[in-house]
This record gives sequence, C-alpha cells and structure tokens, in this order.
Amino acid sequence: MDIYLPIANLSVNALVIIGLGGVVGLLSGMFGVGGGFLTTPLLIFYGIPPTVAAASSATQVMGASVSSVVSHLARKTVDVRMGAVMVVGGMIGAGIGTIIFRLLTRLGQIDTAIALLYVAMLGSIGLLMAHEAIRALIMARRGVRPPARKRRHHPLVAALPLRWRFYPSGLYISPLAPLLLGIFSGILTMLMGVGGGFVLVPAMIYILGMATQPVIGTSLFQILFVTMVTTMAHSLTTHAVDLVLAFLLLIGSVTGAQIGGRISMSVRPEYLRVLLALIVLVVAIRMALGLGWRPDEIYTVALQ
Amino acid sequence: MRALIAWIAMALLLLGSQGALAQSAAPQLVPDVSQRSVEIKFSFTGAELLLFGAILYPNGRLPEEPADIIVVLKGPSQSITLREKQKIAGIWVNADSINFRSAPTFYAVASSRPIDKLVDERTAAIYELGLNKLQLSPASLSNTQEIDRFAAGLNDLNKRAGLYVEEPGSVEITDGVLYRARLPLSARVVTGTYTAETFLVQNGRVLAAAVREIEVHKSGFERLIGVFAQEHGAIYGLVAIVIAVSMGLFAGLVAGRVSAVLG
Repeated sequence: MDIYLPIANLSVNALVIIGLGGVVGLLSGMFGVGGGFLTTPLLIFYGIPPTVAAASSATQVMGASVSSVVSHLARKTVDVRMGAVMVVGGMIGAGIGTIIFRLLTRLGQIDTAIALLYVAMLGSIGLLMAHEAIRALIMARRGVRPPARKRRHHPLVAALPLRWRFYPSGLYISPLAPLLLGIFSGILTMLMGVGGGFVLVPAMIYILGMATQPVIGTSLFQILFVTMVTTMAHSLTTHAVDLVLAFLLLIGSVTGAQIGGRISMSVRPEYLRVLLALIVLVVAIRMALGLGWRPDEIYTVALQ
Repeated sequence: MRALIAWIAMALLLLGSQGALAQSAAPQLVPDVSQRSVEIKFSFTGAELLLFGAILYPNGRLPEEPADIIVVLKGPSQSITLREKQKIAGIWVNADSINFRSAPTFYAVASSRPIDKLVDERTAAIYELGLNKLQLSPASLSNTQEIDRFAAGLNDLNKRAGLYVEEPGSVEITDGVLYRARLPLSARVVTGTYTAETFLVQNGRVLAAAVREIEVHKSGFERLIGVFAQEHGAIYGLVAIVIAVSMGLFAGLVAGRVSAVLG
C-alpha cells in the first residue's frame, strides 16, 4: 500500500511505516522510553531525508508518550516542579538546537553531525546501561540483593547557586541543574528527533541524585512538552514535519506502546534493561558502520 | 568592382532561394502528450507520460532517408548546492561542493536512435540533448575537470532516483510519420511546469522543434499540507501537536477500556 508523503516528497509503503511505528511503540511501552532514538535512524535507513525523519519522529514521540504521562500524573509519580524546570530548559535547548541545526545545514554537515551524535550518545549510554544491567542480572541470579546505592547528587550540582525544594524527588538543589539538563536534552531533541529519555533518566539518577520513583514519570513529562516545542520549532523553521508520515508512525506506535506496557508488567525488569541496552548498542554500532562504509550516495543535493 | 557586386547579388539570390526552399521543404511537427496535467495525490507512485505526434512532410512526401525523433521532458530548474562526500579520518563527510544555478529537477530524453549517432556534440549542446549536455551553469569558479566530475555525480544520483532518464532507441516511428515515446515520471518529482520538447532530426540537423507544456501539481489534501507547512508554520505545528496528543490519549483510553473489560 503506497502512500505519498507530501513533505518528504516521495512515496512509501504505509504498512512498513506503521509496522516501524509499532515496533518502536512496543519498545517504548516496554522500557518507558520515547523510542525516538530508533525511529530517526530507521526512517533514514528507509530513505526518508534526515531532517524530515528527525522532525517527524519528534512528533511521534510526543504522541507515544502522552498516555503514559497521563497515567503517571494520575499515580502522582511526576515531580511537576522538577519537570517544569526541565521543560523551560528544554525550550531554551530547542532554541539553541534550531540555531545549530541551521548552521550545520548551511555548512552541509547536518547529516554527519546527526550520525556522530547518535554514535556518541547511544554508544556511551548503551555501554553504561549494559554494564549496569548485566551486573544487576548476575546479582539477581546469585540471589544477592543489589546493595542500595547511596543516593547523592554530583558535587558540581551542589556548587550551583540558588536552592529550591523538590519534594517528590527528595531534593534540595539548585534549579539550575535540572535547567541545564533540560537545555541539553532540548538540543538533542531538535537535532536527533529523540525525546531524550535515555539521557534524562540516567542523568536524573546519577547526576541529580533523584529518588527513583518519580524519575520515569518526570522524564516522560519533560519529553512530552519538549517534543511539542520541537515540533513547533521544526514547523516554523525547517518546515520538515511530515504530517502524513507522523500520522502513520503514530498509528503504529500508540498501539504498540499499549501492548508494550502490558508485556513490561510480565517480564523481569533486569532482562528488560539488558535487552534495551543491547538494542541501543546495536543502533549505535550500525550508525558507526554507516559512517565508515562507503555510502550509496557520494553526492547530495541541497536547495539554495 | 562589378565582379564583386555580381558576386554579392548571386550570393543573396542563392541565400534567398535556399531560404524559400527551406521554408517550403521544412517538415512540421504536430506533437501532443497523453496528459496536460499530472496530479500528485496521496496514492501517487509516479506516472508514465506518452509523448506522441505526427511528422508533416511538405507535399506529404517522405524523404528517402528517414528522419529521427528526439523527445525531451524537462522539469523546472533549481539553483542547487551539490556536495561531495570524501573519506576523512575514517568517516565519510561532505567535503567538496559546487553551486549549479540551473539544474533541472527532472530530465528525461528518448530518441529513435542513440543521440550521438544523430547529431554532433555542438548541436547536442545547443539543444541540451542528453544528460551530459545539460547546461547546469556552475556558479563557483572551478576548473572544467571538477565541474565535469560534479555533473557526472549529479547525473548518477538523479538517474538512480529516477529523476534523470535516458532511453535511447525507445521512440517508435510508424510509417515514417507517426512517432510515440513513453517516459516515466518518478514519484520524487517536484511540482511546476514541465516542458515536453520534440525534435525532428535529419542528417545531423534539427529540422523542426515543438514544445508542449505539462503542469505537475499537488492536489487537494497534499497541496493543502504543502502550502500550510510552508506558509502557516504555526498552525501546521499546532495541528501536528493536536493530532499526536489526541491519538495518544485515544489509544490510552481504548487500552484502558479494554483492560478494564478484561480485568
């Protein structure tokens, strides 16, 4: 079933895109991540222009995360204050991201930059997650309870001026720390089309030292609003959001997310984390190989 | 002096008679295309255009040596930057680039025989017959070798995308007077006015040429989306947000209902 994408200017097989959205949605439901880190590269491999892929995948991440945010809000597992600070940071980040995006596009290096960012971010986070998850798995096998990690924030966070209380997170820290984190994830969202959950979650735990319970909910809360902002920013600047593409992806991912959520309840979290780490690493390796392999197209056309 | 005047007079006479001869003897083309407009709809996967027509010879007499036909379908030209990747420090990055001020977005050529057998280089260049004869107007000051390398790169890229097509020998001529050619229009074409040019060629010379225009446009929904995305970014963004959020909420609601029923 071929469908013409009016912004990407090419026709694609609708079922492939829906299926792709479904797989990503399934994973995002299982692991509580947006899944944008999978959508953008998969769309690029399929032949969608990188800018359209990044812009439309941000729209898809927004749709896939909204129902989880609602349920987290209902269960009160969101630190709204923390989330709001990060959203403000995310907006600033999206603004900075827009400028970087424009600059790199003008230099003709946006594709390489996106690919390099993917390799660096996914590679390092994937290794971190794999290390953590495998250790937890071995401990669970041996029947040893993992030692409770001492919860404390990074010394740099303590050095920042101004202090606010974040009750659900159990923190009394400078709001500048989550603000900076938000800015960073906003830039990533704009450039990579990811929600940034795979960066936010570990950063909130290891750098801010948040209590674990509100981490996922707060991260999703921030992702929801930042992807909204980036969708808007892309619509206003790059004009690269393809509504038809996003719609097809959404059909797949919103259903996939529900099924994934179901699965996650019946599988042990240790296994889930190992699996997620592996997927992240596979994407990073594939992107790295793609940079080194001789590309199919040596030449690319950009309109003036 | 008298000799000179006589010579000029003779030359003028000759020229005049030749002109008159050419006028009376020049064959004419009556071209047409299967579609004057191509609509890009949601199910658009490309189109096939039929370029056909008749060759009218003066007095209806066929020449002894049959003439040949070349048809060219050309899309609107764009000013582009063409970038070339090179392997630097182990990875492929855009290194070199060139600006072409008039690169056609689409170019398809078909002929009754290979073009290099029909016309010489110069004629081919004048009428832009053949992919390697496109007038790309490079804007940057580069040497010819470099320009040729980039032009070859552009041709190769667009050929594989189906945007540049060369089909020598695919024009059929029936009884020396009716010709037809099919040219594929890729799904990746841009909108705008396309020209379908037909050339009648004999003995290395273009005897007649005729042009028909074809409008390629997006219609209805596709046009609306394109226009909105370009001109009303804010509304477009809002619509995208509303669609994404409501789809997400709807799915959550349905799943909640389902699990409530099941549970």
